[in-house]
Amino acid sequence: MLGEGIIKGMLETAKNFAGSFVSADRLTTVEYPEQRIPTAENARVFPFLVYDGAGWEAGLRCVACQICEKECPPKCIYIEKSKDKKPDFVGKMQIYPVRFDIDISVCMSCQICVEVCPFEAIKMDTQFELATDDRFGGLLMDRQQLAKSNEYYHSIHPAEAAEVDARLAQEKTAAEAKAKAAAEAAAAKAAADAAKAAAAKPETPAAGGN
Amino acid sequence: MSLLDTKPEHIEGWNRPPVIEPDGEGELLEVAMGPHHPSTHGVFRMDVALDGERVVRLKPVFGYLHRNHEKIAEGTTYLASMPYTDRLDYFCSLSNNWAYALAVEKLVGQEVPERAQYIRVILAELTRIQNHASTIGFLLQEMGASGTPLMYAFREREKILDLFESLTGSRMMCNYMRFGGCRVDVSGPWLAATRKVVAGLPAFVDEFEALLSSNEILMARCQGVGVLKPALAVNASISGPMLRASGVNYDIRKVDHYGIYDRFKFRVPLGDHGDIYDRYMVRVLEMRESIGILNQALKEIPGGPIMDPKAKLRGFRPKAGEAYGRIEAPKGELGFYLISDGSPNPYRYRVRPPSLINLTVLEDMCLGQNVADVVLIFGSVDIVLGEVDR
Amino acid sequence: MRTVEEIKAAIEAAVPDAGVTLVMNPSPAAQHSLLLQPEKAVAVATFLRDSPELAFDYLSNVTGVDWLDKEIAEKVKVTKSVTKTVDGVEQTVDETVEETQKRVEPGYLEAVYHLYSVALKDGPLVIRMRTANRTDKIEMPSLTPVWRGAEFQEREVFDLYGIVFAGHPDLRRILMWDGFKDHPMRKDYVEPDDFEYEPTAHDEVLKRAQERQASRD
Repeated sequence: MLGEGIIKGMLETAKNFAGSFVSADRLTTVEYPEQRIPTAENARVFPFLVYDGAGWEAGLRCVACQICEKECPPKCIYIEKSKDKKPDFVGKMQIYPVRFDIDISVCMSCQICVEVCPFEAIKMDTQFELATDDRFGGLLMDRQQLAKSNEYYHSIHPAEAAEVDARLAQEKTAAEAKAKAAAEAAAAKAAADAAKAAAAKPETPAAGGN
Repeated sequence: MSLLDTKPEHIEGWNRPPVIEPDGEGELLEVAMGPHHPSTHGVFRMDVALDGERVVRLKPVFGYLHRNHEKIAEGTTYLASMPYTDRLDYFCSLSNNWAYALAVEKLVGQEVPERAQYIRVILAELTRIQNHASTIGFLLQEMGASGTPLMYAFREREKILDLFESLTGSRMMCNYMRFGGCRVDVSGPWLAATRKVVAGLPAFVDEFEALLSSNEILMARCQGVGVLKPALAVNASISGPMLRASGVNYDIRKVDHYGIYDRFKFRVPLGDHGDIYDRYMVRVLEMRESIGILNQALKEIPGGPIMDPKAKLRGFRPKAGEAYGRIEAPKGELGFYLISDGSPNPYRYRVRPPSLINLTVLEDMCLGQNVADVVLIFGSVDIVLGEVDR
Repeated sequence: MRTVEEIKAAIEAAVPDAGVTLVMNPSPAAQHSLLLQPEKAVAVATFLRDSPELAFDYLSNVTGVDWLDKEIAEKVKVTKSVTKTVDGVEQTVDETVEETQKRVEPGYLEAVYHLYSVALKDGPLVIRMRTANRTDKIEMPSLTPVWRGAEFQEREVFDLYGIVFAGHPDLRRILMWDGFKDHPMRKDYVEPDDFEYEPTAHDEVLKRAQERQASRD
């Protein structure tokens, strides 16, 4: 019968219309901004710089190696290296960025900077409501705007941050063990040298005088 | 220059569109459909010459969205081109990722671990389902079924996009695959959620079919309209559901055995007439086959690493050489051709865009049809302008 | 799948003086290619498509590649007549000297075609053609009459690389606009200085942008 298909389709529509009052599966709309879907843990919007401790400037993990600047596909990162050095989380002296800009009007949220960073210094934020009326100034984030604490990182990506912390702690213990071993070796060497010198002394008494 | 002056000259052997002579009654009308036309899926123009309602000539005009993706890729590293591939066909970013990763893996001879292969298949088939569902939705929207089928398709697409977001961090610009594996591992809860969504998909396809397949208006508008003959389809390099709707049994998943597709049982749906209705039907049946593949893959997915430990992320420099890798993307054959000269950047990076090449026969299909059907025929090709213009 | 060598032999048997050269691909993909002479390309392509044993009826991909002029420095042993003072007497002696000579190998534009067979589920076969140089002799025959699928892709190669495909039915720009002059995918293409704003403007880019802004105000 002509029109049978249309009636069948209409029945389907009616089923959906009535169903949307009872089944959450059929009504998936969320009325933003009053209602919000919780952000997925893996969600990524724009990058930020992680710092440890209380002061953002002292605690920045970034050592200005510029790998992210080179790998960034749309080239939205700009870094200037420092002339002097400051200690990093294991206490090793490192250079730091005196300027670290990310132009989030250019950034395409691809997460490549995060993947290539060997220092776990740059991570993805989940903050997306960043609209501004100043196109050039308002969307160019400098180092202070980008710096967020490790606690904040834990609050948005708990599982990933715990993993990163464990890895850094491991690195730190390894570095400390290495430093300790190096110190011990140096001490042992010094002791050995001293013993050697002491042993050598009686044979060549004149050498000390020269 | 008027469109009507560009009568194609005769070239020996060329499979050219037929020349339709106007009947001589009344004036011919030239219409520019687009670049801002709701049916063009973006910014695209068709210059159409009309004799009354009948199309006598049609020339597509491209390039409004051209950003020279290939040149950008030549100036950056291999890895940095991966997020750009998301933006080619922004409906199917994961298929694009896979095609590019496959080409690079061919170039360097990289192996991919088992688990990563399964994840790739699962994601690619989810992508295919959501792409086909929305394509049908858009087609119906252009037919005048304002909203309803499209919203049903988008409701289902939303569930799939939620899965993508919770795994890759982004709904559409996934940037997930890497040379030699995938970026993050799938978790148990994610797999459980995927199984739940996949279990609900057959009901959705049934509902979609009950709504549309036997609808008389849809049949009247689609059957016998925009016919593409198999010989022309092959000669004009048509690929994907369009090629199969014309009755050519050619599915790259079956032919190239890329990834691990030879482990799964699935059939290749074929059309008979090559008209719009067949293209619609092939897409519906492909969705059903994809659900079958997903069920098998989700059952069999093994444990293990997701990245080849030998794969390099930083300092990736393939040896000199070239490779062409292609996959069966939802829209057709998506290929990447790479030439390396040993430096960190590709010397040549080429995307074979199925959307652009499938439009080769647009004029052939539209000639002699009514102008209202041009919109439908164009919609049944299934293009995304981000890929056409690159 | 037949090897490239077998296909080459089949072409040479069918098309007289085909002049097909094998181009090896050192990468693990091992997709070797056949370099065709432009004069014989249409005949060879027609043979590849119509031969029932090969049946490469599906042209998947067409692309251009730009190879710049290469300056090759090589060490050559040259025999030279040198005037020397030996034992206070001036003599002319032949001496072999090693010299670094530079020669310029002319660059060329290349079109690469990837063929598959739908009938035999076979492929890929890569064929390529080269122009004589990059400036004036940039013609090669179009394969659109053989495979319709080349129509838009050859237009794209013409647009972005400037290879002129003789016998193409509709050779116009496809992605760039009609009035555009240059070919943007060439390796020596210089971008026009008409930017508005660049990512994280600094240093000279910032200066240029500010100057531009000042002149506009």
